[in-house]
Amino acid sequence: MTLRFFSMADANVRWVVTGSIFLGGAAGGLGAFTFLQKRSLLGDTIAHSALPGIGLAFLITGRKDFLFLLIGAAMTGWLGAVLINTIIRHTRIKQDSALGIVLTFLFGLGIVILTYIQKSGAGAQAGLNKFLFGQAAAMGKDDVTILAVSGSIMLTLIFVLFNKFKIISFDPGFAKSIGLKVGWLQFLMTSLIVCSVVIGLQAVGVVLMAAMLITPSAAARQWTDRLSLLIVLASVFGILAGIMGAYISFLAPRFPTGPWMVVSISVIFGFSILFAPERGVISRIFRHRQNQRKTTLDHLLKALFKAGLNEKKWDTYYPVDQINKMWSFTKGQLRWGLARLKRRGVIEKSGDMYRLTDTGVKEGSRILRLHRLWEVYLSRFLELPDDHVHRDAEDMEHILTPEMEKKLLKLLGQPEVDPHNQEIPYLDREVTS
Amino acid sequence: MNYPDFWVILTGILAAGSCGLIGSFLVLRNNAMLGDAISHAVLPGLVLAFLITYSRGVVPMLIGAGLMGLLTAFLTEWLGNTGRLYKDAALCIVFTLLFSIGVILVSIYTSQVDLDQECVLYGEIAYTPWDVLVIGGTDYGPRAVWILGGIFLANILFITLFFKQLKISSFDPALATSLGISERLWHYLLMTMVSLTVVAAFESVGAILVVAMLIIPGATAFLLTRKLVMMLVLSVIIGTICAVGGFYGASYFNASIAGFMAVVGGIVFAGSVFISKAFKLS
Repeated sequence: MTLRFFSMADANVRWVVTGSIFLGGAAGGLGAFTFLQKRSLLGDTIAHSALPGIGLAFLITGRKDFLFLLIGAAMTGWLGAVLINTIIRHTRIKQDSALGIVLTFLFGLGIVILTYIQKSGAGAQAGLNKFLFGQAAAMGKDDVTILAVSGSIMLTLIFVLFNKFKIISFDPGFAKSIGLKVGWLQFLMTSLIVCSVVIGLQAVGVVLMAAMLITPSAAARQWTDRLSLLIVLASVFGILAGIMGAYISFLAPRFPTGPWMVVSISVIFGFSILFAPERGVISRIFRHRQNQRKTTLDHLLKALFKAGLNEKKWDTYYPVDQINKMWSFTKGQLRWGLARLKRRGVIEKSGDMYRLTDTGVKEGSRILRLHRLWEVYLSRFLELPDDHVHRDAEDMEHILTPEMEKKLLKLLGQPEVDPHNQEIPYLDREVTS
Repeated sequence: MNYPDFWVILTGILAAGSCGLIGSFLVLRNNAMLGDAISHAVLPGLVLAFLITYSRGVVPMLIGAGLMGLLTAFLTEWLGNTGRLYKDAALCIVFTLLFSIGVILVSIYTSQVDLDQECVLYGEIAYTPWDVLVIGGTDYGPRAVWILGGIFLANILFITLFFKQLKISSFDPALATSLGISERLWHYLLMTMVSLTVVAAFESVGAILVVAMLIIPGATAFLLTRKLVMMLVLSVIIGTICAVGGFYGASYFNASIAGFMAVVGGIVFAGSVFISKAFKLS
């Protein structure tokens, strides 16, 4: 079965897949603007509002002509958008409730019309129900042609008007000031949302169409900060989910496809939010752990260095529990840190006691110097009181780079003591003054 | 009015009343769409509770759905914080996924769960009179009436007992915090009550009507008064109008009762917009 699907030998499969690709691509790409304009739930309301249009188109024409159904759906979808605006503008109802009112009213109306059709003898046409949760397998050649044409028109429009859409999405005020017709462009964009919702009706259904608009962009958002790339990625994700949906619909034609498509796109989203570089949960946990480890090692070095600083001699070995008293390490941290430092050759071991090697002394000196230099900087240039500088220096000692250190030294002129009158060590550098 | 019709209308009134009461707070907090999301998200909880316990017991259902409702609220917040998503997008992602899982479960286990995909949307309120509660051989009337009646009373009790906290945390979160009323705690308590109400109503009236009755009566009442107590009372009255009007409208057109209740709700809302304009109520 799987082979038969992916080899696309079956003409029917080809239509369903082509349709799903156009649907996923157009909805994903257009959804990016909905997503960025914080109008995600508007998509949901428009999708639900399309239902009465389908029923009315059927009642009026008496036929199940896909094109008429789409036009009907687009009209009531539009009506939904207009109603929301009217309610927000003319009453003290907030957007949130307005969305809910319009959604349930029009969807309820759709259900009434659908059940009326079902029970009024035209029962043979009960197929209208598949618009609720979608059925990709039901797409035929004519339907796909309509999808392909409208999908292409929409993608072309995005391409042509990309810059304008970008500006009105991010900064409507600026858009107005440079003479863009914001109202008209918003109108166009709302129409595009309506269209993208409508072309998804057959495969995804009205109830879940919002997910095909929003989730691809939300997934793409984890990978990029650039709008153009976001749109491309969102389209690709949409297409992948579309193909998945078509595949499942092929395996089990009686099942609704919409939920499967939503699950597919949600899996892509979940993957993105976990594994995206930089922003992903996993990479953030990983970075956090790395920082914590570096901090532990730095603290160990600093503690051992400070222990010998008074006498300028670092040849004493310290037992583990004494090192533990120098800084509040946990047991695990201490074991792990000592082992790691020993492997790096900055400490040496004798029995269960440790001391710094020469490199270790230099590294410890560097960390303590960064700490105390930063304290000097804070107290001299930001004029912070002396008892307020320690905490901040505690963070900065792990972060300051050699370049920053050079600049600090130049700025402060190699001070000898910190604000608490403690020596600033220069053991690892030539003193240039 | 014959006997079954009475039960259907009563079920509708109780569902609309319970949802209207708790929904009023959602409207006041600009959280209406979270109500929408929860109404969809409880579905997998319902189905799973059924598949696990293999019965239509009220308690497992309430637990399953309550957990899903809270999961929606938590996940939305978590995604909003970590995923660089706006809250509305996070909400949309969470509830569409949970609802999809629910619909898939229903479509796979249709014969076992005694639900189908359409029924998930608009319920089977017309059949409630025949699904009766029988204890020890005695017929105590429709099950739905008992469940919804219980939830209706629970909502009244919850609102009466914690009226002050709910009121202050809804209108002035800053003041609430300074008075030691945790805004978050009351948010989640409210969401728990919403989930419980939703699941009780879900079986008989379906997802769509639950959303309609959560939002429309509250929003309509909000237009007509500026007093919270009055708003709550009005929301129950409006819910009743929707239930009665929806029932007779649906019988006339031979269409879905739940759908028609939502339509009546929309019409009542439109009417109240005109009334509030004409009498300058807001």
